[in-house]
Amino acid sequence: MSTSTTLEEPKTGTWDGGNEPLKASYGKLMMWFFLLSDAFTFAAFLIVYGLSRHSHLPYTGSPEEFQFSTEWWPIPEKVFNAFPGFHGVDLPLAFVALMTMILILSSVTMVLAVEAGHRMDKNDVQKWLLWTILFGGTFLGCQAWEWTHFIVGTEEGMLLADGTRIFGANMTMNQYGPPLFANLFFFITGFHGFHVTVGWILLVIAFISTVNGVYHKRGHYEMVEKIGLYWHFVDLVWVFVFTFFYLI
Amino acid sequence: MSSTDISLNKDVHHAHDEHDHHHDQNFFEKYIFSQDHKVIAKQFLFAGIFWGFIGGFLSIIFRLQLGWPEATFTFLEPILGGWIVNGKLDPEFYLALVTMHGTIMVFFVLTAGLSGTFSNFLIPLQIGARDMASGFMNMLSFWIFFLASVVMFWSLFLETGPAGGGWTVYPPLSALPQAISGSKGGMTMWLISMALFIASQLLGGVNYITTVINLRTKGMSMTKLPLTIWAFFLTAILGLLSFPVLLSAALLLIFDRSFGTSFFLSDIYIAGEALANTGGSAILFQHLFWFLGHPEVYIVILPTFGIVSEVIATNARKPIFGYRAMIGSMLGISVLSFVVWAHHMFVTGMNPFLGSVFMFLTLIIAVPSAVKVFNWIATLWRGNIRFTTAMLYAIAFVSLFISGGLTGIILGNSALDIQLHDTYFVIAHFHLVMGAAAFFGMFCGIYHWFPKMFGRMMDEKLGALHFWLTFLSAYLVFMPMHYIGIAGFPRRYYSWTGFDAFNTFTDLNSFISIAAILGFTAQLIFLFNFVYSIFKGRRATANPWHSNTLEWTTPVNPGHGNWPGEIPTVYRWPYDYSKPGAAEDYIPQNVPYSQTQSSNLPYERELE
Repeated sequence: MSTSTTLEEPKTGTWDGGNEPLKASYGKLMMWFFLLSDAFTFAAFLIVYGLSRHSHLPYTGSPEEFQFSTEWWPIPEKVFNAFPGFHGVDLPLAFVALMTMILILSSVTMVLAVEAGHRMDKNDVQKWLLWTILFGGTFLGCQAWEWTHFIVGTEEGMLLADGTRIFGANMTMNQYGPPLFANLFFFITGFHGFHVTVGWILLVIAFISTVNGVYHKRGHYEMVEKIGLYWHFVDLVWVFVFTFFYLI
Repeated sequence: MSSTDISLNKDVHHAHDEHDHHHDQNFFEKYIFSQDHKVIAKQFLFAGIFWGFIGGFLSIIFRLQLGWPEATFTFLEPILGGWIVNGKLDPEFYLALVTMHGTIMVFFVLTAGLSGTFSNFLIPLQIGARDMASGFMNMLSFWIFFLASVVMFWSLFLETGPAGGGWTVYPPLSALPQAISGSKGGMTMWLISMALFIASQLLGGVNYITTVINLRTKGMSMTKLPLTIWAFFLTAILGLLSFPVLLSAALLLIFDRSFGTSFFLSDIYIAGEALANTGGSAILFQHLFWFLGHPEVYIVILPTFGIVSEVIATNARKPIFGYRAMIGSMLGISVLSFVVWAHHMFVTGMNPFLGSVFMFLTLIIAVPSAVKVFNWIATLWRGNIRFTTAMLYAIAFVSLFISGGLTGIILGNSALDIQLHDTYFVIAHFHLVMGAAAFFGMFCGIYHWFPKMFGRMMDEKLGALHFWLTFLSAYLVFMPMHYIGIAGFPRRYYSWTGFDAFNTFTDLNSFISIAAILGFTAQLIFLFNFVYSIFKGRRATANPWHSNTLEWTTPVNPGHGNWPGEIPTVYRWPYDYSKPGAAEDYIPQNVPYSQTQSSNLPYERELE
């Protein structure tokens, strides 16, 4: 029994207040919740992709005889089969596989940068951030090439009913199949590319701050960690986008 | 000092130099670009009230048209100018009016105005925090909302008018600028404004959630939180998960409108000409929209659940009945809100089996809703009720929620909905259950927390007058609508006098319009009371309602940082009202059990 002059201590369990129950600072929590929210945005787009694709006829013939037509959804291997420097060679999904590898590599270097931040090793953080920036930039460059190729089109193009041919793709028509195929390609990879670009800019800012010793003076590299969360998320989303557009 | 305080020292600006203060904030830092949650809350409140009057005024204009379809409105020309053509309201402007009324009320008043005000104001004060987790993002949230408001307000003055495709902006109507003038520039601005609005919601939402998780004071466990905080917490989660889907839909619609894509468009002839768009699905938009749209109605109503629970317990001088059941029912409602969206789409030609699944899930919501209603009534039961204005609004909220909720059970049935879809029955239903009820919850909150916001009391007599006029007109407007709805009267029709079946309802429609004008006029009483009391109201004491929650332990006008000294520690739940043996009929949360030995229950003795 205590007397009325001494105050009893309140409970001090994990969720009893006065602490950080999830062992995460508010900044990291905010990033997590933002990513959760953003995941819903992407999920909505991918659902739109799935339903749009489902409402179009699939190609049922043999793959060798496949031709581009607005009648059916194209086979991804036949659309994405170009590789810079290998003109006219059929290399299905080779380039996009390379892109994906580069992005995943950038995630690995990001992990290393975060880890170096935990050790307060400024030089290592700089090094790994720079690698991440390099790989991220390469991915964006690859995407720019991929888009350009998609927009310009192949030499054969698509033969229309009136005998004319169309080449490449834009928002209203495309040589590879139904217009929606190109719409969704531009929209979803574009939205993802926008996220990568934002992440890339954040990385550059973090790199400059690291070089200037901002985080070192602050005593922790949490900002790098938060950008890392975002970067991994963008990477993860790409895996889904890749699966939907290129594999299924 | 606890770890919370330490992290706050660096995160919240000058939280601690409040009482030996020297940093003089200039006018802009203090009132415009403030990072203080209390100022941001007031900014949201003022913006919400401003939008509330605009939204209400728009409804009065279209009620004039509906109540007196044969009349000429030349007297409105000074305000509406070119929208009055030969004394008649322009039909396309009528559509714009209903669209903007819905958009403004649902998003700008009852989402931003309600959550923005009370989540911002009460979360830090009631959990015992110096401010939101990130004051800067909180400020950004308001200013992005402000930008969204500017764009939406601007669209009201476009020559082609604001958006006119209904607040749900279904394509293809909203996607084709050549369809109606309301799909031209106004629609583009609607979409831009909503995209900004969603960004603002997101910034606010992550802040609310993170603050509740990380910044509760010592002893404030999740089961000692006032129900308001639970309500705001769940509201923020709903917003965080549903608004991004509206963003997806809005972005896709922007592309359809402006860049020639066909996500929502297929096989359309307009003015005898075939459009090139092919392959898209308009129904898909409805799915995306209502995946937000249904949680949105709970985003509107959940905060008022919390506010009303708090006010009823305080003014009935009784513990809230079924505290954990209240939390559980809010959790249940939150989860269910994500799996019922297609009950807005029963007539889109969906598979009847799917319809029955959504019907089943929808009707389950009646269970947690009923739990809440019974708990409120049980809290009132044999309470020592003080009829403050806030309490009147809280009790009326329960009444409106029951009246509107019962018709929800009718509309949730897919077979009945096919008859009642898009009639005034639906209008009556959702205006009672989420429109009027949410407004009553908001008024309840304003009257109750006004003393903490402005350090003065609102006038109770004017408050009671405002209440009774609003309460009467709410029922007088929406009750008759059920009848014309059952008769098949369709919503969004500019003119119905051409249909013999509906001519008999002319009197009823005029009656509704008169009641609506009465209700709108009554709000001027509120406006006067609100503004007058800010400057000239009776000075408030620190805890005028003898309430238990932590915000009443702050000074009359809490400064930046909320508590001049240390943050209070919490020992008990917030509903120790009229506890047998206690000296007073309330024991604030920061009073330890060792000081209340006469009233402690057996199991509480161990905590002394």
